[in-house]
Amino acid sequence: MNVTVQPDKLTAKDFASDQEVRWCPGCGDYAILKAMHKSLADMGARPENTVFVSGIGCSSRFPYYMATYGFHTIHGRAPAVATGLKLARPELDVWVVTGDGDALSIGGNHLFHALRRNVDLNILLFNNEIYGLTKGQYSPTSRVGQKSPSTPMGSVDSPANALTFALGCNARFIARGIDVQAKNLDVLFRRAREHKGASFIEIIQNCIVYNDAVFADFTEKAVADDMQLHVVHGQPMIFGKAKNKALRFNAQTFQLEAVVIGENGVTEKDILVHDEKNRVLAGLLSALRPPNFPEVLGVIYCDPATSYEAAVVAQENLAKAKGPGDLDKLMRAGNTWAVT
Amino acid sequence: MNLQADAGRKDTNTPAPKSELDSIVVRFAGDSGDGVQLLGSQFAQETALASNSLATFPDYPAEIRAPTGTTYGVSAFQINFGSRLIKTAGDQPDVLVALNPAALMVNYKGLRKGGLVILDSGAFKEKDIKRAGFAVDPRLDGTLKEFRVMEIDISAQALEVAKPFGVSQKEGLRTKNLWTLGLVSWMYDRELNSTMEYITRKFGAEDAVRDANLAALKAGHAYGETHELSGDVAPVSMPAVEFEPGTYRLVSGAEALAWGMAAGAQLAGLEMVLASYPITPSSPILHILAKMKQFGITTFQAEDEIAACCAAIGASYGGKLGVTASSGPGIALKTEAIGLAISTELPLVILNTQRAGPSTGLPTKTEQSDLFLAVWGRNADAPIPVLATHAPGDCFEVAIEAVRLATKYMTPVMILSDGYIANAAEPWRIPSVSDYAPFKVQFRTETEGFHPFVRDPHTLARAWAVPGTPGLMHRIGGIEKDYNSGNISYDPANHQKMTDTRFAKINNIANDIPEQSVELGDTKGKLAVVGWGSTHGPINRAVSNMREQGFDVSHIHIRHVWPLPRNLGQLLKSYEKVLVAEMNNGQMLTLLKSQYLIDAKSLLKVSGQPLKIEEVTSAIRSHLGSN
Ligand code: SF4
Repeated sequence: MNVTVQPDKLTAKDFASDQEVRWCPGCGDYAILKAMHKSLADMGARPENTVFVSGIGCSSRFPYYMATYGFHTIHGRAPAVATGLKLARPELDVWVVTGDGDALSIGGNHLFHALRRNVDLNILLFNNEIYGLTKGQYSPTSRVGQKSPSTPMGSVDSPANALTFALGCNARFIARGIDVQAKNLDVLFRRAREHKGASFIEIIQNCIVYNDAVFADFTEKAVADDMQLHVVHGQPMIFGKAKNKALRFNAQTFQLEAVVIGENGVTEKDILVHDEKNRVLAGLLSALRPPNFPEVLGVIYCDPATSYEAAVVAQENLAKAKGPGDLDKLMRAGNTWAVT
Repeated sequence: MNLQADAGRKDTNTPAPKSELDSIVVRFAGDSGDGVQLLGSQFAQETALASNSLATFPDYPAEIRAPTGTTYGVSAFQINFGSRLIKTAGDQPDVLVALNPAALMVNYKGLRKGGLVILDSGAFKEKDIKRAGFAVDPRLDGTLKEFRVMEIDISAQALEVAKPFGVSQKEGLRTKNLWTLGLVSWMYDRELNSTMEYITRKFGAEDAVRDANLAALKAGHAYGETHELSGDVAPVSMPAVEFEPGTYRLVSGAEALAWGMAAGAQLAGLEMVLASYPITPSSPILHILAKMKQFGITTFQAEDEIAACCAAIGASYGGKLGVTASSGPGIALKTEAIGLAISTELPLVILNTQRAGPSTGLPTKTEQSDLFLAVWGRNADAPIPVLATHAPGDCFEVAIEAVRLATKYMTPVMILSDGYIANAAEPWRIPSVSDYAPFKVQFRTETEGFHPFVRDPHTLARAWAVPGTPGLMHRIGGIEKDYNSGNISYDPANHQKMTDTRFAKINNIANDIPEQSVELGDTKGKLAVVGWGSTHGPINRAVSNMREQGFDVSHIHIRHVWPLPRNLGQLLKSYEKVLVAEMNNGQMLTLLKSQYLIDAKSLLKVSGQPLKIEEVTSAIRSHLGSN
C-alpha cells in the first residue's frame, strides 16, 4: 500500500487503494467512487494532502477504497472528527462521506453544527433512503409508507429533506447529484473543493438490495429528462426532453410553479433564472420533489463566507502577534512570593 | 480567651490532635450574592503571601442565584492555614463567619465546640431568620451556647462607609464582604496590599465602586484595631512556614491541570487542541486554555460531549495533541469515542473532574466515583492508562505524565481529578518547564516497511503517521485491523492477537512507571491505609497523627490507577490489614481485591464533602484496636 514515487500527473488509478471493494454488486456507491477517483486526479489533488473521514454505514466504507489518508470513525460522528482534524490541519483537503442514517439520524447534531460553523469540509451525503448495512430498516429520509423490517406496516414518520435541513443549518453551499451521473458529480466535487467553508452535496444513491429503484420516478431513462432539472447559475431553469418545461415564480402564492413554455401564455421571459447566491430561491428549489416537480440537481446554493477554522486561525495569529507563549512567565504572573 | 486555635481547644473535652494545633480553620459563609468566594480567595491570597501553609475548600451552592436568604443559596469558603504544613482544608472550622441567618443555619453544626461565630447582626431581621428555618432567633434561644459569638452589624457598617462615595444602596451593601475581609485580615495580621491591588484591577473603570470597596476593606480593618472587640479577640500572628526555596503562588487544581497539559504538549513538541463542552466542575479548564492561544493551543467548544471527544481524536489524527475535558456524565457520553481512539491507537488525554453522581447527582459537590468508568467503563476489552491527581499542584505533574504516556504508547489516557481539587487552592512552588525531561514525539516519515499498525517492538505503540506526509497514505478506523498490514480484518485469530496486543501494550506501562512507594510509615506492618486522589490530605494527616500516638499504620497513595504499579500487590500483602479509604462506594477496594485477592477493608464516604481526618483516625482506631 505504499506509494513511494508520485508521478506529477496523477490518474484515477492513483487515487484507488489496493483494497477489494466490498459493496454489493450493482450498488450506486461504485459509480460515486469511480467518479471521485477521476475527479481528484483531474483536479490535481494530492493523495497525501487529501483525507476522507466517514462514519458508519455502507457509504462510510468509502475511505478504505481511496489511496488518500482515510479515517473510518463511529456512527454519526464523522463531522466532529473532521472538524477536529481541520482545526489541527487547516491546509488539508478534508472530505466527509456519510449516509442518510449516519448524517441525519444518529449524527444529525454534528452535521448541523459543522454546517452552521462553516468548517471547510466537503460533506457528501449518499442518500438511499434506507439503512443498508443493518439490513434494510427505514431511514430518516424514507418516505411515509416505506415497508421495512422495522416498519412492517409501512413507516409513519415524515421524512427529512437533506438539502432543506442543510439550508436551515445555514450551510453556504448545497448541491445535489445522482450516483451514476459522473460528469455532473465531477462539477459538484470540483465546486465543493474550491468552496472555502462547509460544502454539502446530497448524492442520490441507489441501494440495489434494500431499496432498489426508489428514485426511479426521476432516474429512469424514460423519464429522466422530464423529471430532472439541472440548475446552472445565470441560466433559465428549463428542462424536459423538448426543452419546454420550466420553473416560474408565482409572486401571489410565493411558490414555484412547473410550467410549459408555449402553454397558457408562458414565454421564456417568464422563466426563473438560477441565482446560486439567492438563499430564498435555494429554499424553494431544495423543497421541490417529484412527482409534481422535477428533482433539482446541480449547485443550488453557493454564497461563501469566512470558514470556521480560518476564523480560529486568525484569532490565534492575533494572540501570537504579541509574541509566543512563555509558560514559565505565565505561571509567575500575578501574586507570587519568593522563599529563599 | 483569644483566637489562637490551641487556646480555644483547651476548654473542650474532645481535644483536637496535637499536630493540628498550630493551624486554624476559618469558614466564611453567606448568601450566593454576598461575594463569599471572593472574600475567601482574597484571604487565601493574603495568607499565602504571609508564607503560611494553607488549603482551601470553596463550597458552592448548586444554584447560580438562589432566592436571597435561603439555605440552598448559601455559598461557603473554608480555609485551613498555619505555621506547619497544611494538608487538608480542615475537619472542623474554628471560626465561622456567617453573613446571614441561612449561612449560620447551614454551617453552625460543623463548628468546633468553643469556636467563634462572627455574625452580621444587620442581616438577622425576623423574616431572614424565619426564611433560614430558625423557629426563633438562634442568638437568643441557646442554639449557639457552645460557641463564642461576636455580633457586628456589618451591613450597617458597610453602608455607612460607602455613603460618601455616592454608590447605590445595593452597591454599598455589597461591600460587606470586603469589610469582613478587612476585619478578618486584622485578626490574623494579614497585609491588605494584594486585596487592594485586586480591587483596583477589578473595579478600575468604576471609580465610586472601587473607592467604596477599598474604604470598606480599610474600615473593617480599622474596626478591629479600634474596637477591642469585647476584649477576647486579639490579633493573632501566625509565623511563616519554612517552605523549600523557590517562587510560590496559589494555584487551583483547574489551573495546574491546564498548565500541566500545556507543559506536557511543549515537552512532547506538539501543539494542542482542547475540545470540550461546558460542564461543572470541569469548565474552568476550557476557560483557562482558551486564553492561551499564543501557546499553540486551540480550544473548541463542541456541540456536545461526544463531538468534543471526536474532535480531539480528529486533532490527534492530524498530529496535534487531542485533549478533552469533562466530568462524569460527560465522560459517559464520550465512551464510544474513547473506544475509537483505543482501536485506532491514537493519543488522547481525557481530563475527568469527578463530581457526585449518578446522573446529574450533585454537580458542585465532590466524589471519586468514576474509577470504574475510567478503568472498566467501555464496551469490549478496552484498556487505557488511568492516573489520579491528589492535590491542586499535583495536577501539573500528573498532566505531564499523562501526555508522556499518551504519546509514547499511542493511547488514550484518563486523568481523574475531582471537584474539590479543581476548586481548591494551595501554595505551589512554581516549576519551570525545563525542570522536566522532554519526550519529543517523532512522527513516522519513513515509507520503507510502513503500515499504519507497524509497532515499536518495545512499547508496542503503533507508528504515528500524519496526513500530509507523502508516501504514508493509509486508512484507519474502528473495524479490527490486520496485525501485519493494518487493513480491515475479520480473521478470528487476528482479533485475538490484536486484543492481546492492545492489552499487553497497556500492561507494559507498569514497567515504565515508578514502583509503589509508601507515603508515610513502614513498608510492612499491621495496617496500611490505601487512598487515591484527593483523600491524600486527610489520610496522610490521620496516619501521621496516629503514628505519633504509637500506632503501627502506614499510608499508601496510588497515583497510577491503571495499570497499577508492578509491586503494589506484594506491598499490600506485607501488611496484616489493608484499609481502603475513598469517596465512593468501594471502587478502588473492588479493583484491588480483584487484582490481588486481598481481604481489604474499606472506609467509604459519599456525602459530597471531603473526607475528614477524624473519620480516618477513628477508622484506623477501630481496625487496630486501642494501642
Ligand atoms: S446494502 Fe445497498 S447501499 Fe449497502 S452496499 Fe449493498 S447495495 Fe449498496
